[in-house]
Amino acid sequence: MKGKDVLRDNVLLGLGLVLMIAALYLIFIYVPTEREMGVVQRIFYFHVPLAWVGMLAFVFVFIFSILYLWKRAMKWDILAHASAEVGVVFITLVLITGTVWARSIWGVWWTWDARLTATLVLWLTYLAYLLVRNYAAEQTQGARFAAVLGIVGFIDVPIVVLAVNLWRTQHPPALIFEGGITSSMLLTTLMCIAAFTVLYIIIVIQSASMKNLEAEVESLKDI
Amino acid sequence: MENMCFLFAAYTIIWAVVFGYVFYLYRKQRKLQQEINLLKEIMNKQK
Repeated sequence: MKGKDVLRDNVLLGLGLVLMIAALYLIFIYVPTEREMGVVQRIFYFHVPLAWVGMLAFVFVFIFSILYLWKRAMKWDILAHASAEVGVVFITLVLITGTVWARSIWGVWWTWDARLTATLVLWLTYLAYLLVRNYAAEQTQGARFAAVLGIVGFIDVPIVVLAVNLWRTQHPPALIFEGGITSSMLLTTLMCIAAFTVLYIIIVIQSASMKNLEAEVESLKDI
Repeated sequence: MENMCFLFAAYTIIWAVVFGYVFYLYRKQRKLQQEINLLKEIMNKQK
Protein backbone atom coordinates (compact mmCIF):
# COMPACT_ATOMS: atom_id res chain seq x y z
CA MET A 1 0.00 0.00 0.00
CA LYS A 2 1.28 3.45 -0.92
CA GLY A 3 1.97 6.09 1.75
CA LYS A 4 -0.75 8.30 0.28
CA ASP A 5 -3.31 5.48 0.61
CA VAL A 6 -2.32 4.84 4.24
CA LEU A 7 -2.75 8.55 5.03
CA ARG A 8 -6.15 8.61 3.29
CA ASP A 9 -7.30 5.50 5.19
CA ASN A 10 -6.14 6.93 8.53
CA VAL A 11 -7.85 10.29 7.88
CA LEU A 12 -11.10 8.51 6.93
CA LEU A 13 -10.91 6.23 9.97
CA GLY A 14 -10.30 9.19 12.31
CA LEU A 15 -13.10 11.20 10.72
CA GLY A 16 -15.47 8.22 10.87
CA LEU A 17 -14.69 7.61 14.54
CA VAL A 18 -15.21 11.29 15.49
CA LEU A 19 -18.48 11.51 13.54
CA MET A 20 -19.81 8.23 15.01
CA ILE A 21 -18.99 9.30 18.59
CA ALA A 22 -20.64 12.69 17.95
CA ALA A 23 -23.68 10.94 16.43
CA LEU A 24 -24.05 8.63 19.46
CA TYR A 25 -23.71 11.62 21.82
CA LEU A 26 -26.44 13.48 19.91
CA ILE A 27 -28.76 10.44 19.80
CA PHE A 28 -28.55 9.39 23.43
CA ILE A 29 -27.73 12.62 25.31
CA TYR A 30 -28.42 15.76 23.26
CA VAL A 31 -31.68 15.20 21.38
CA PRO A 32 -34.89 15.32 23.50
CA THR A 33 -37.26 12.35 23.58
CA GLU A 34 -40.07 12.62 21.05
CA ARG A 35 -43.48 13.14 22.72
CA GLU A 36 -45.72 10.67 20.84
CA MET A 37 -43.46 7.68 20.19
CA GLY A 38 -41.21 8.05 23.18
CA VAL A 39 -37.71 6.63 23.46
CA VAL A 40 -38.15 4.12 20.61
CA GLN A 41 -38.19 7.05 18.14
CA ARG A 42 -34.39 7.16 18.59
CA ILE A 43 -34.19 4.18 16.21
CA PHE A 44 -35.00 6.77 13.51
CA TYR A 45 -31.49 8.30 13.82
CA PHE A 46 -29.83 5.13 12.55
CA HIS A 47 -32.72 3.78 10.46
CA VAL A 48 -32.97 6.81 8.14
CA PRO A 49 -29.20 7.32 7.53
CA LEU A 50 -28.77 3.58 6.87
CA ALA A 51 -31.55 3.82 4.27
CA TRP A 52 -30.05 6.94 2.67
CA VAL A 53 -26.57 5.52 2.44
CA GLY A 54 -27.96 2.15 1.30
CA MET A 55 -29.73 3.93 -1.57
CA LEU A 56 -26.56 5.91 -2.31
CA ALA A 57 -24.67 2.60 -2.53
CA PHE A 58 -27.13 1.37 -5.19
CA VAL A 59 -26.81 4.67 -7.10
CA PHE A 60 -23.06 3.97 -7.30
CA VAL A 61 -23.72 0.34 -8.31
CA PHE A 62 -25.83 1.74 -11.18
CA ILE A 63 -23.10 4.21 -12.26
CA PHE A 64 -20.23 1.70 -11.93
CA SER A 65 -22.24 -0.98 -13.78
CA ILE A 66 -22.81 1.37 -16.74
CA LEU A 67 -19.11 2.25 -16.72
CA TYR A 68 -18.17 -1.45 -16.63
CA LEU A 69 -20.40 -2.35 -19.59
CA TRP A 70 -19.10 0.65 -21.48
CA LYS A 71 -15.35 0.47 -20.75
CA ARG A 72 -15.07 -3.25 -19.85
CA ALA A 73 -12.49 -2.41 -17.17
CA MET A 74 -12.56 -4.72 -14.14
CA LYS A 75 -12.02 -1.82 -11.70
CA TRP A 76 -15.61 -0.63 -12.33
CA ASP A 77 -17.00 -4.09 -11.68
CA ILE A 78 -14.96 -4.37 -8.48
CA LEU A 79 -16.24 -0.98 -7.25
CA ALA A 80 -19.85 -1.90 -8.15
CA HIS A 81 -19.49 -5.25 -6.35
CA ALA A 82 -18.03 -3.61 -3.21
CA SER A 83 -20.74 -0.93 -3.21
CA ALA A 84 -23.53 -3.51 -3.65
CA GLU A 85 -22.18 -5.58 -0.76
CA VAL A 86 -22.29 -2.58 1.62
CA GLY A 87 -25.69 -1.56 0.23
CA VAL A 88 -27.13 -5.01 0.98
CA VAL A 89 -25.72 -4.94 4.54
CA PHE A 90 -27.18 -1.46 5.15
CA ILE A 91 -30.61 -2.28 3.65
CA THR A 92 -30.68 -5.49 5.73
CA LEU A 93 -30.27 -3.27 8.79
CA VAL A 94 -32.96 -0.89 7.51
CA LEU A 95 -35.40 -3.81 7.22
CA ILE A 96 -34.49 -5.15 10.67
CA THR A 97 -34.66 -1.79 12.48
CA GLY A 98 -37.86 -1.01 10.57
CA THR A 99 -39.55 -4.18 11.82
CA VAL A 100 -38.45 -3.48 15.40
CA TRP A 101 -39.86 0.04 15.13
CA ALA A 102 -43.08 -1.22 13.48
CA ARG A 103 -43.62 -3.75 16.28
CA SER A 104 -43.40 -1.07 18.95
CA ILE A 105 -45.43 1.63 17.12
CA TRP A 106 -47.88 -0.29 14.88
CA GLY A 107 -48.04 -3.45 16.97
CA VAL A 108 -46.96 -5.71 14.08
CA TRP A 109 -43.53 -6.82 12.90
CA TRP A 110 -44.38 -6.51 9.22
CA THR A 111 -47.12 -5.15 6.98
CA TRP A 112 -47.31 -5.26 3.17
CA ASP A 113 -47.09 -1.48 2.97
CA ALA A 114 -45.85 0.04 -0.35
CA ARG A 115 -42.60 1.44 1.12
CA LEU A 116 -41.80 -1.73 3.06
CA THR A 117 -42.58 -4.03 0.12
CA ALA A 118 -40.56 -1.94 -2.35
CA THR A 119 -37.61 -2.00 0.09
CA LEU A 120 -37.86 -5.78 0.44
CA VAL A 121 -37.89 -6.12 -3.37
CA LEU A 122 -34.82 -3.84 -3.53
CA TRP A 123 -33.00 -6.00 -0.96
CA LEU A 124 -33.85 -9.21 -2.85
CA THR A 125 -32.72 -7.66 -6.16
CA TYR A 126 -29.27 -6.74 -4.84
CA LEU A 127 -28.98 -10.05 -3.02
CA ALA A 128 -29.52 -11.64 -6.44
CA TYR A 129 -26.86 -9.24 -7.80
CA LEU A 130 -24.35 -10.72 -5.32
CA LEU A 131 -25.43 -14.32 -5.92
CA VAL A 132 -25.45 -14.17 -9.74
CA ARG A 133 -21.65 -13.86 -9.77
CA ASN A 134 -21.22 -17.22 -8.08
CA TYR A 135 -23.40 -19.06 -10.57
CA ALA A 136 -21.80 -17.72 -13.73
CA ALA A 137 -19.45 -20.06 -15.63
CA GLU A 138 -16.62 -17.52 -15.67
CA GLN A 139 -15.75 -14.29 -13.86
CA THR A 140 -16.34 -11.90 -16.78
CA GLN A 141 -19.71 -13.49 -17.52
CA GLY A 142 -20.70 -13.08 -13.86
CA ALA A 143 -19.56 -9.45 -13.92
CA ARG A 144 -21.63 -8.81 -17.07
CA PHE A 145 -24.77 -10.44 -15.65
CA ALA A 146 -24.33 -8.55 -12.38
CA ALA A 147 -23.85 -5.22 -14.22
CA VAL A 148 -27.12 -5.74 -16.11
CA LEU A 149 -28.89 -6.58 -12.84
CA GLY A 150 -27.27 -3.55 -11.18
CA ILE A 151 -28.73 -1.28 -13.88
CA VAL A 152 -32.18 -2.91 -14.10
CA GLY A 153 -32.48 -3.24 -10.31
CA PHE A 154 -31.90 0.48 -9.91
CA ILE A 155 -35.48 1.08 -11.18
CA ASP A 156 -36.66 0.12 -7.70
CA VAL A 157 -34.62 2.88 -5.95
CA PRO A 158 -36.87 5.82 -7.01
CA ILE A 159 -39.92 3.60 -6.35
CA VAL A 160 -38.74 3.10 -2.74
CA VAL A 161 -38.04 6.83 -2.33
CA LEU A 162 -41.35 7.98 -3.86
CA ALA A 163 -43.56 5.18 -2.45
CA VAL A 164 -44.79 7.38 0.42
CA ASN A 165 -45.96 10.02 -2.08
CA LEU A 166 -47.29 7.71 -4.79
CA TRP A 167 -49.44 5.47 -2.58
CA ARG A 168 -51.23 5.71 0.73
CA THR A 169 -48.79 4.12 3.13
CA GLN A 170 -48.48 3.56 6.85
CA HIS A 171 -44.80 4.48 6.66
CA PRO A 172 -44.14 8.12 7.70
CA PRO A 173 -43.32 10.54 4.83
CA ALA A 174 -39.90 12.17 4.37
CA LEU A 175 -40.18 14.45 7.41
CA ILE A 176 -36.77 16.03 6.81
CA PHE A 177 -37.88 17.70 3.58
CA GLU A 178 -41.31 18.61 4.89
CA GLY A 179 -40.04 20.39 7.99
CA GLY A 180 -41.67 17.86 10.29
CA ILE A 181 -38.74 17.60 12.68
CA THR A 182 -37.13 20.02 15.12
CA SER A 183 -33.68 21.54 14.56
CA SER A 184 -32.06 19.26 17.17
CA MET A 185 -33.55 16.19 15.45
CA LEU A 186 -32.37 17.46 12.08
CA LEU A 187 -28.84 18.05 13.37
CA THR A 188 -28.72 14.55 14.86
CA THR A 189 -30.01 12.99 11.65
CA LEU A 190 -27.50 14.89 9.49
CA MET A 191 -24.64 13.89 11.81
CA CYS A 192 -25.68 10.23 11.54
CA ILE A 193 -25.92 10.51 7.73
CA ALA A 194 -22.37 11.95 7.67
CA ALA A 195 -21.07 9.18 9.97
CA PHE A 196 -22.62 6.40 7.88
CA THR A 197 -21.47 7.98 4.61
CA VAL A 198 -17.86 7.94 5.87
CA LEU A 199 -18.33 4.34 7.09
CA TYR A 200 -19.64 3.42 3.62
CA ILE A 201 -16.61 5.05 1.93
CA ILE A 202 -14.16 3.28 4.28
CA ILE A 203 -15.71 -0.15 3.73
CA VAL A 204 -16.00 0.28 -0.06
CA ILE A 205 -12.34 1.34 -0.35
CA GLN A 206 -11.13 -1.58 1.80
CA SER A 207 -13.41 -4.11 0.14
CA ALA A 208 -12.50 -2.93 -3.39
CA SER A 209 -8.76 -3.04 -2.72
CA MET A 210 -9.17 -6.54 -1.31
CA LYS A 211 -11.17 -7.70 -4.35
CA ASN A 212 -8.44 -6.21 -6.55
CA LEU A 213 -5.81 -8.20 -4.68
CA GLU A 214 -7.96 -11.32 -4.90
CA ALA A 215 -8.16 -10.95 -8.69
CA GLU A 216 -4.37 -10.54 -8.88
CA VAL A 217 -3.80 -13.65 -6.76
CA GLU A 218 -6.19 -15.64 -8.96
CA SER A 219 -4.35 -14.53 -12.10
CA LEU A 220 -1.01 -15.48 -10.50
CA LYS A 221 -2.37 -18.94 -9.69
CA ASP A 222 -3.16 -19.45 -13.38
CA ILE A 223 0.47 -18.84 -14.42
CA MET B 1 -39.89 0.11 29.56
CA GLU B 2 -40.96 -2.24 26.77
CA ASN B 3 -40.02 0.49 24.27
CA MET B 4 -36.53 0.63 25.81
CA CYS B 5 -36.14 -3.08 24.96
CA PHE B 6 -36.97 -2.34 21.31
CA LEU B 7 -34.45 0.50 21.24
CA PHE B 8 -31.78 -1.70 22.84
CA ALA B 9 -32.55 -4.55 20.42
CA ALA B 10 -32.35 -2.27 17.35
CA TYR B 11 -28.97 -0.75 18.27
CA THR B 12 -27.53 -4.09 19.37
CA ILE B 13 -28.50 -5.67 16.04
CA ILE B 14 -27.02 -2.74 14.07
CA TRP B 15 -23.64 -2.96 15.82
CA ALA B 16 -23.61 -6.77 15.74
CA VAL B 17 -24.22 -6.81 11.97
CA VAL B 18 -21.69 -4.02 11.26
CA PHE B 19 -19.00 -5.71 13.38
CA GLY B 20 -19.91 -9.09 11.88
CA TYR B 21 -19.43 -7.70 8.38
CA VAL B 22 -16.11 -6.03 9.28
CA PHE B 23 -14.95 -9.32 10.88
CA TYR B 24 -15.95 -11.18 7.70
CA LEU B 25 -13.83 -8.74 5.65
CA TYR B 26 -10.92 -9.14 8.11
CA ARG B 27 -11.05 -12.96 7.83
CA LYS B 28 -11.16 -12.73 4.03
CA GLN B 29 -8.14 -10.41 4.11
CA ARG B 30 -6.23 -12.81 6.37
CA LYS B 31 -6.97 -15.74 4.04
CA LEU B 32 -5.79 -13.64 1.10
CA GLN B 33 -2.57 -12.75 2.93
CA GLN B 34 -1.93 -16.46 3.56
CA GLU B 35 -2.40 -17.20 -0.14
CA ILE B 36 0.01 -14.39 -1.09
CA ASN B 37 2.61 -15.76 1.35
CA LEU B 38 2.19 -19.24 -0.12
CA LEU B 39 2.62 -17.90 -3.66
CA LYS B 40 5.76 -16.01 -2.58
CA GLU B 41 7.15 -19.19 -1.03
CA ILE B 42 6.51 -21.17 -4.22
CA MET B 43 8.11 -18.45 -6.35
CA ASN B 44 11.18 -18.30 -4.07
CA LYS B 45 11.61 -22.09 -4.31
CA GLN B 46 11.48 -21.93 -8.10
CA LYS B 47 14.25 -19.31 -8.29
